[in-house]
Order: sequence, then C-alpha cells, then structure tokens
Amino acid sequence: MSELKLMKGNEALAEAAIRAGVDAYFGYPITPQTEIIEYLMTARPENRTGMVVLQAESEIAAINMVYGAASTGKKAMTSSSSPGISLKLEGISYLAGAELPAVIVNVVRGGPGLGTIQPSQADYFQSVKGGGHGDYKLYVLAPASVQEMADFVEDAFDIAFKYRAPVLILSDGLIGQMMEKVILKDQKPRLTDAELIEKQGNWAVTGKKGRERNIITSLDLQSERMEARVHRLQKKYAQMEQEDLRFEKINCDDADYLIVAYGSSARISQKAVELARAKGIKVGLLRPITLFPFPKQALFELANQVKGILSVELNAGQMVEDVRLSVEHKIPVEHFGRTGGIIHTPEEIVAALEQKIINNGSFRHHKTRESSIL
Amino acid sequence: MTEEIIIAGFGGQGVLSMGKILAYSGIMQDQEVSWLPSYGPEMRGGTANVTVILSDERISSPYLKIVDTAIILNQQSMDKFEASVKPGGILIYDPNGITAHPTRTDIKIYQIEGTKLAAEMGNKKIFNMVILGGYLKIKPVVKIENVIEGLKKSISERYHHLIPLNLEAITLGMNSIVPYKVVEPVS
Amino acid sequence: MEVLDIIKPENQVFCKSQLMTDTPLSYCPGCGHGTANNLIMEVIDEMGISEDTIGVAPVGCSVLAYDFMNIDMTQAAHGRAPAVATAIVRTWPEKYVFTYQGDGDLAAIGTAETIHACNRGENMVIFFINNGIYGMTGGQMAPTTLEGMKSSTSPYGREIATMGSPLKITELIANLPGVYSVSRHALHTHKHVRKAKIAIRQAFENTRLKKGLSFIEILSNCNSGWKMTPNDANEWMVENMFPYFPLGDIKVEGKLKV
Repeated sequence: MSELKLMKGNEALAEAAIRAGVDAYFGYPITPQTEIIEYLMTARPENRTGMVVLQAESEIAAINMVYGAASTGKKAMTSSSSPGISLKLEGISYLAGAELPAVIVNVVRGGPGLGTIQPSQADYFQSVKGGGHGDYKLYVLAPASVQEMADFVEDAFDIAFKYRAPVLILSDGLIGQMMEKVILKDQKPRLTDAELIEKQGNWAVTGKKGRERNIITSLDLQSERMEARVHRLQKKYAQMEQEDLRFEKINCDDADYLIVAYGSSARISQKAVELARAKGIKVGLLRPITLFPFPKQALFELANQVKGILSVELNAGQMVEDVRLSVEHKIPVEHFGRTGGIIHTPEEIVAALEQKIINNGSFRHHKTRESSIL
Repeated sequence: MTEEIIIAGFGGQGVLSMGKILAYSGIMQDQEVSWLPSYGPEMRGGTANVTVILSDERISSPYLKIVDTAIILNQQSMDKFEASVKPGGILIYDPNGITAHPTRTDIKIYQIEGTKLAAEMGNKKIFNMVILGGYLKIKPVVKIENVIEGLKKSISERYHHLIPLNLEAITLGMNSIVPYKVVEPVS
Repeated sequence: MEVLDIIKPENQVFCKSQLMTDTPLSYCPGCGHGTANNLIMEVIDEMGISEDTIGVAPVGCSVLAYDFMNIDMTQAAHGRAPAVATAIVRTWPEKYVFTYQGDGDLAAIGTAETIHACNRGENMVIFFINNGIYGMTGGQMAPTTLEGMKSSTSPYGREIATMGSPLKITELIANLPGVYSVSRHALHTHKHVRKAKIAIRQAFENTRLKKGLSFIEILSNCNSGWKMTPNDANEWMVENMFPYFPLGDIKVEGKLKV
C-alpha cells in the first residue's frame, strides 16, 4: 500500500530502493548521505525483500561490488558524496565501458578536496561530462524534492536497464537532509533468479546453464572492435537525448527573463521567481530534471523570447556553460551562485538577476567575465 | 496560508524534533510541509537550527533568509536570526541565557521562560514542548488534535505514554507566553 | 614407432581441459598461468559445476583469463576482484565464485579488497598467482619481488631499506578468522600439479559446503619477466622463491598449521 510519510530525502531514497525491488546496496559512510546506509541497515530489507545491504571497506570497493552484482543482472546501487564519488569514478567508467546497469547516488557537498559537508552543486561538470576516463556519459537525474528522491530510484533503474548503462542521481546536502511529505509506492517484488535469467540471461553472468557463456568486460585490445563499442555507447547517449530528456518549465509563457536551475537551486529560484513577479519582473524558471540529456532545444527556443538568462547554481559557474552553448550566444547568459556551503537566498537571486541581467544590457556576454560569484 | 518559521538554539534543546512535530502536525491537516535542518558538526553541542514551512500550496524554497516567525533559544541564535524576521513578523525567545535582548521595534516580540518552566516541571526534555505551546498560543497554525497526531507519528511507539506529559507542557507554554516590550535606549 | 602410433587415447596422460576454449593461450611459452588456468577448469569440469560457476578476472596477465576459461566470467578493475566477487556471492549464494589474481593485483593495489573480503569470510575461492613481478606491463617490481631481485623498477635489485620486504600476504590472510583454508603450491612438476589439483578441488568443495573463504597461492615462474629460459626460471623459482614462500598448507579447516 502506498504510504504518506514525513522523511528526509536520504531516508526516502533508501526506503524507495527497498520498495522498488532493488537487489543490492553497497556503500560507505560519508556526510551528508550517511542516512541512506543507516536507514537500509536499520530497515532490515533482507527480511522484507531479500535485498542485500553491505557496508564496504571503501567507496572503491562499494562501486566494484555494484559492478559485480550488476554484471549478474541484479539491480545494484551505491551512494556517496563528492569525495567518495571521486573515488568511485574508475568503477563508474568500468560500468559504462562494460555496459552494465547500475544506479549511483551523489549527495553533493562542497569541494574541492575535503571541502565542506554543506550543500553544493559543484559536481555538475564531473557528473555530466563523464567524470571518469574514456568516452562515456552518465544519464543524470537531479531531484529537487524529497518526493523525487524517492521516485527517481525506480526511474533511474528503468533507464539503467533500458540502456544497460550507469545512471547517476545527483542530489545535494539540502535535498538529502531536509524533510518533506513523501508518498511511498507499494512494494514491488524483486525478480527471482529464474525471472532474472529469463530477462537478462542473454548478457548477464549467471552461470552458463543451457546457453553459451557470457563475458562482462570493458576491455577490447582489438582496436576496430573497441571503436565499435565506443560508437555503440555514443548511440545510446544520442537515444537518451531523443527519448529520455526531462525538464520542467515554470512561469515561462510570458517571461521576459529566465532563470535556469536544477535541484535545490531550482527550489530556491522558484521562490525568487515569486518575489520578482511580486515586484513586476516577469521571470520564468526552467528546471532541467535530467542534466544529461540537457534541455538544449527548449533553451534555444526560449532564447527567442527572453532577454537574458541567469544560471543559478551552488557552484562557481558550471552549468552556465551548457546554457550558453544551448542558446548559441543569442542572448546574455550569466551565472550566479554561492560556494563554500553557503546557500543563496531567494532575495540574493532576485538581486543578481536585476544586477547581472536586467540592468546590464550593454555587457559583452561572449567574453569571459570576471568572477560571477557573489 | 503559508507560515515560515526558524527555530534556533543549542544542540540538545530539541530544536529539530520540535520542528519535526510541527511539520507532522501540518501533514495531519493536509498541508504541504518542509523541514530543513542545519547539519554536521554544528549539531554536536553547538548551534542547531531548523527552517519549517507549513503551507496550503506547493512549497518553493525550503531555504529562507526572511521568515514569518523566529523562535530563538540562545544568544548566538539571537545574534544570527533577529534580523531574519519579516517586518510585522514574530520573534519568540526564551530569556534564559540571553544577555542582549532583541531591539527591533517593527516586529512583535514574545518571551517564554521555557527553561525555567521545564525545570519546575522536573523534566528538561519537555522544554521544546513548552516553547511549542507558547508559539501555538501566538500563532495557532496547527490544531491541537493534529499536534497529538503529529506527536504520535514523530516519536517512537514506546514513548507514546509520554504524550499526555507533552500536552501538559504545551498547555503550560500556552499559558506562560508574554509580550516583550523593547526597551528604548536612554538617549 | 611413428608419432601417430603414440598419440592414442590409451596412451594419453595429459590433455587440455574440455572447459578451456580453443583460443590459443596468450601467456608466454613456459609460463605457469596456462597450467593454472587449465587445472582450475579441469577441477570445475570434473565436479560438474561449470554451469554454476562465475569467475572474476582482474588486471594483469590474468586479465584475459576469460578468453581461455569457457565459463561465465566478469572482468574486474585492477585489484577489485574480491569486491566484485563479494557482490556476486552475496546476490547468488548458490553459485561457485572465484577470483584469479596476480601479485600486483592482489597484494598491492587490491590489498584492502583482498583483506576485507577474506575477513568477511566470503564464500568463495581466491586464486593468487605469485610470480614476484608485474608480467603484463613488462617486468616491474611487485610486492612479492624478492630481496635483491632485479626488475625494471628495481634495476639494481630490491632494496629492503627503501622498497620494503617482499610481502607475505598469504600468511597475513591466514591469520584472519574469516578465512577457512590457505595453502601455497607450485605447478612446475607433475607431483606439484597433482597436489595443487587436490587443493583446488577441496577449495570448491568448501564453497559447496558454505565453509567460507578458501585461498590458494600458486607460485609461478615468469620467464619473460625474469629474463630466463623456462627451465632456468623454474630452477630459479625453486632455489629462491621456495625458501621465502614455503609450499604447503598454512591453514586447514579454519586452523592455522604450526
């Protein structure tokens, strides 16, 4: 039975993973996402669904455990926060190369280095531009509410298995730590081993009963075959852009100006839109729900309507580059964001919009400007 | 109706759980709610604060600088959050340990002796419920029956026998909150 | 007598396991890997468990083991095979799972994964091929390179003061309570092959009986890396490796051999 609860984003994600019939979670504690493994260890999913939960010896071990379970066709996931994700990147690259379905959650904190444990969106580049080595991309979902933390687990696995590719849920400390109302879906049964072999037996390593053996590897020393593999990956990414792009437009119909923001920044920007409209400034919000694929076409079209765009991010200016590419420099695009764990307030966003976009018609947007951080 | 509240004090005062009970009470009357804590090392004996929003509509930003109500439970929080109250908004504080009292004249200020009352009741743990009672007297944003439901949801079942004690504390708080008049500096 | 008169089934004393593919081995002629691959497949075939076995091959000379072992296999990142295998064992507890790792993989980059998988007593078999050198990348120093032994990254011989002692990781692992059996073998003579085969069979029996982790170290020559002929390499192994890495049982049925 679906259930209404007040939960932290991290807890909602963990409970949703059990209910989605996930087979295995492997993790390592790091703030601000530790509630995920704590919740899973407390909830005893092994008794509810048979889900395996294991605290690994490191983030590296955890992602390779995900690789192991994924190579057998199981629904496997891990979660971490920024420094831990850096450690996992080798494994994520292997997952992409070996074409394995898996879900990775990054509850982002500020960096670089050990940085801060406070919320941040400074892992945008790492998430959408590959991150690890080689020609790969991740399908990236950016939840902006506790409900989406829960819902995106199942969505992420659907995409992961549709493409046999790793999927990233890019959250942050704010979404992970806050509590909101969440409607939890009914329990879905895990696939039995027989059902799994029936569904994934054409590629997964489950023991070669009644078939030719399967091999999972990202290695191909024969260059033409390796190139064919790289091309196959690129085709998947092109198909993701065609079929699985997600974004949300808020108050865009009559907008003179546009804010682009995802995740926690989108929530705060939505309040900024309310405040600006109360002042008579017609602002809209475009919220990318997937960061790859990115809503390039929607932005390109909006560039014919609005006079300027403010990219609001909890970082020093990352997504702004993709926004500029999308609008092909037709209109001014500026960045506003706080770093170091400081969260921009709705009032600051309105002020930045007025200062950088509305009252700054003469600037030359195609040049690198001075630091756009407050 | 939207009510935006910051509750701020020391870790251990029950700031986060008070916010949680308030949020759950909101859910019980079909409202949208958000609960955003400060987290991390700050929690360990330092300052703790939580932003709670109750609304009849979808909540945009769970993170706010300016709020309708600030409930302030130590001096550091007074220093940080007095300025966060909207003009015409409400500031409620426990004078215990406060050396620099609020000075704003464009907001309504109330005092509640939560620390003292809880000590008199012989149970420091119900401090946050005394404060909650005081707040609900000034701003009855949630009905008391929904607070009971909220309490049931947010505390584990083995402590449900303590709900009457919590209600007693809430009532005490309701009866004990008093307006505070800013003392104009002598010129 | 002509050659073809000799090659008859009744005269056969050794053959390639049916579970080996027909892909020509890419290991150097004379290397112990081929014998080890074949022996493991032979045991799995004889036990009739090939359809329920999943192997994990990591990085190093063992990276291409899946080209030769005709069973379901996963290739793992360098050092991470025990983590990969852990997840397979945990999600498929009825399967036979093994890793096949070299010394650089198991005892250097993957030390943490090795020790923790062993410490958890995962119900699987770890094969550790120790030839005291990085073979695949062309003869660099391994954690098990002997004192004074020359490699391309210890060109004047391994110096203990700056490079540490050769790591006896097998003895270290044997001390972990989660580990059920540990033994060290070599494959340079028929006698040694037969002994190793018994141990490999016992290891998979341990998996069947859910006894926990079985760890089998196999000392091997690396004639290319050591820059010797295969025969000389075997002799060198006996003279130099065996004294430091003595053969035999180290832990049996959960008890350390004194």
